[in-house]
Amino acid sequence: MSDDSLRVLIADDSGTDRLILKSLLKRIGHEVLEAADGLEAVAIFQREQPDIVLLDALMPQMDGMEAARHIKALSGERMVPLIFLTSLNEAEDLARCLEAGGDDFLTKPYNRVIIEAKIHAFGRMQRMHDTLSRQRDMIHDRNQHLLEEQTIAKRVFDNVAHTGCLNAPNIRYHASPLSIFNGDVLFASPRPDGGMLVFLGDFTGHGLPAAIGAMPVAEIFYGMASKGFGAADILKEINRKLGRILPTGRFCCGAMAEADFKLGQLKVWNGGLPELWLIGSQGEPLACSSRFLPLGILPPERFDSSLETLQARDGDYLLMMTDGLLERQNAEGELFGEAGVRRTLRQRPEAGHPFDAMLEGVEAFSKGARESDDLTLFCLEMSGNPGLATLPESASSSALAGPTEWRCDYEIREQTLGEFSPLPLLLHICMEVPGLRARSGEIYTLLSEIYNNALEHGILALPSEWKHSRDGFEQYYAERQRRLKTVGDHFIRFSLHHTRKPWGGQLRVICEDSGPGFDFSRHPVLESDERHADWPRYAGRGLFLLKRLTKNITFHGKGNRVEIVYDWRLPVAESDDGPATDPGKQRQ
Amino acid sequence: MSIQTRLADDGETLVISIEGRFDFSTHQAFRDAYEHGESGVHRYVVDLTDTTYLDSSALGMLLLLRDYAGGDSARISIENCNSDVRRILSISNFEQLFAIK
Repeated sequence: MSDDSLRVLIADDSGTDRLILKSLLKRIGHEVLEAADGLEAVAIFQREQPDIVLLDALMPQMDGMEAARHIKALSGERMVPLIFLTSLNEAEDLARCLEAGGDDFLTKPYNRVIIEAKIHAFGRMQRMHDTLSRQRDMIHDRNQHLLEEQTIAKRVFDNVAHTGCLNAPNIRYHASPLSIFNGDVLFASPRPDGGMLVFLGDFTGHGLPAAIGAMPVAEIFYGMASKGFGAADILKEINRKLGRILPTGRFCCGAMAEADFKLGQLKVWNGGLPELWLIGSQGEPLACSSRFLPLGILPPERFDSSLETLQARDGDYLLMMTDGLLERQNAEGELFGEAGVRRTLRQRPEAGHPFDAMLEGVEAFSKGARESDDLTLFCLEMSGNPGLATLPESASSSALAGPTEWRCDYEIREQTLGEFSPLPLLLHICMEVPGLRARSGEIYTLLSEIYNNALEHGILALPSEWKHSRDGFEQYYAERQRRLKTVGDHFIRFSLHHTRKPWGGQLRVICEDSGPGFDFSRHPVLESDERHADWPRYAGRGLFLLKRLTKNITFHGKGNRVEIVYDWRLPVAESDDGPATDPGKQRQ
Repeated sequence: MSIQTRLADDGETLVISIEGRFDFSTHQAFRDAYEHGESGVHRYVVDLTDTTYLDSSALGMLLLLRDYAGGDSARISIENCNSDVRRILSISNFEQLFAIK
């Protein structure tokens, strides 16, 4: 039998007619099954699953119309052509045959050529139907498979990217559950100094290629953030990595924000994302538009990670979004766009959260339009006390292991002062002491306060009074940049010294700078034990913090050499050092 | 969408015009437009007069053209953008890599 051979069921109560048809079909190579009435036809159909059914319209027991209905019901998704055999000639009767589920009819007496052509045509149609069904099932299976793979991949990704501190009380965000496969990534991490780092990225393309670049970005971001690196260094590293691994033409639009809640300051970088918005309680929202090429395009030596420094007060909001939000359409096909964002911000209710306003705004706009969920929206509230956990502490039982007796001198000088922050390195050295690890936030704060004081006031001689006003604030950071470029023959020298003590350990830090120093004997913070309410917001703030965190702070020489002593205590249960008083929190 | 190429009168500038949406569906056609181009081409003009829309994969394709044309030494100008297209190019700061007119 050839490939075109079909199994044909003939149902006809006339034995002669059946015989004629049967011999005719056999001659052209088909296999034939026979039934003498409708009932038998249905039974054979069920048992033998023929490819085509030829049905006499008028038969005893069950007529052709009735049998046709049963057979159609039984064949389900299979396409089984059903051809009525009839001597009826009335158009109405023939129409009834088709209504009952017939696909065509053959009129008696039979014409061999027509029968052959019709069966051939239906066979072809059936094969096409089978192919389509098979392909449809295959696509369905593949799609199912893909979704399962994505779910697993997403789980792996979540383990790498985890949620960081996206669940912090001062963060609100919206991202579709599988947003990673739209190329959107959102990371947030606490910084050792109590601040926060946020990265929102949008990779070109969709699916796996978009998702795969996100993995190293997550690793770099969380790895470096927890070690105390700032946004500029992390951006450089992400750009370098993506430039190396992504093929030309693939890149990541992104924005990073570094929030310092204590100083009320926000540093932002935007390379290819829609405008970021800083929304204060008074005044117009401030837009930070994209000023840089996306990540992964420029070679490291041409990449610019300069951050814009903004003053952000307690209760201000930072709003970040991917262009999925701007590309939402309404029922008329118009885009929400920048105009939609500005309109929503302008019209937002006074008391409401800008995050809710924006999400409701875009939902209301795109109501009735085609559903799409590939937007990511993020909102950070500047909050003095976000209640963030610091870095995970290793098991306290090992607090006495690791290096306890050591000292380290480190000096950076000349143009390196403007290009490199020694803080992550120094923090890293201190974190080798298990007893200090749980206090990484405090240690980072100590080091960074001393360092910034030495750099900004000691060497660059920037007046901290500038930071009182918004304009002065910008001036301060612009001037800082400018003076760093021509810093000349200056240095900052750190000397770290750690030693074991009966109660735990002691870290001494001496920081000396090459600046002219200052008259520390008359400084109000150093004279007083209390913080006065009428002190300017910023001046002396760093010094106050140092004083609060350390056991001892002394200035030497011209005031360009500061020494601090920081004690840490073993957890109570393991300490044999007298009565258990407030462990690890000795304050003056 | 359709892509037309022609050699400008100077004989060394290839003008690639994109009609309709410039997005991923244009990928192959856009590559063909410059990869099978004539020899002696030293400049490229991407004419977006009739381009209604441009997405991030189009930005990627422009970077591929830039790479093909010599990277930093490539001479490519993107011309006649409508305001939407212009906005997308400028959000991504592509004026740092291309002459946008």
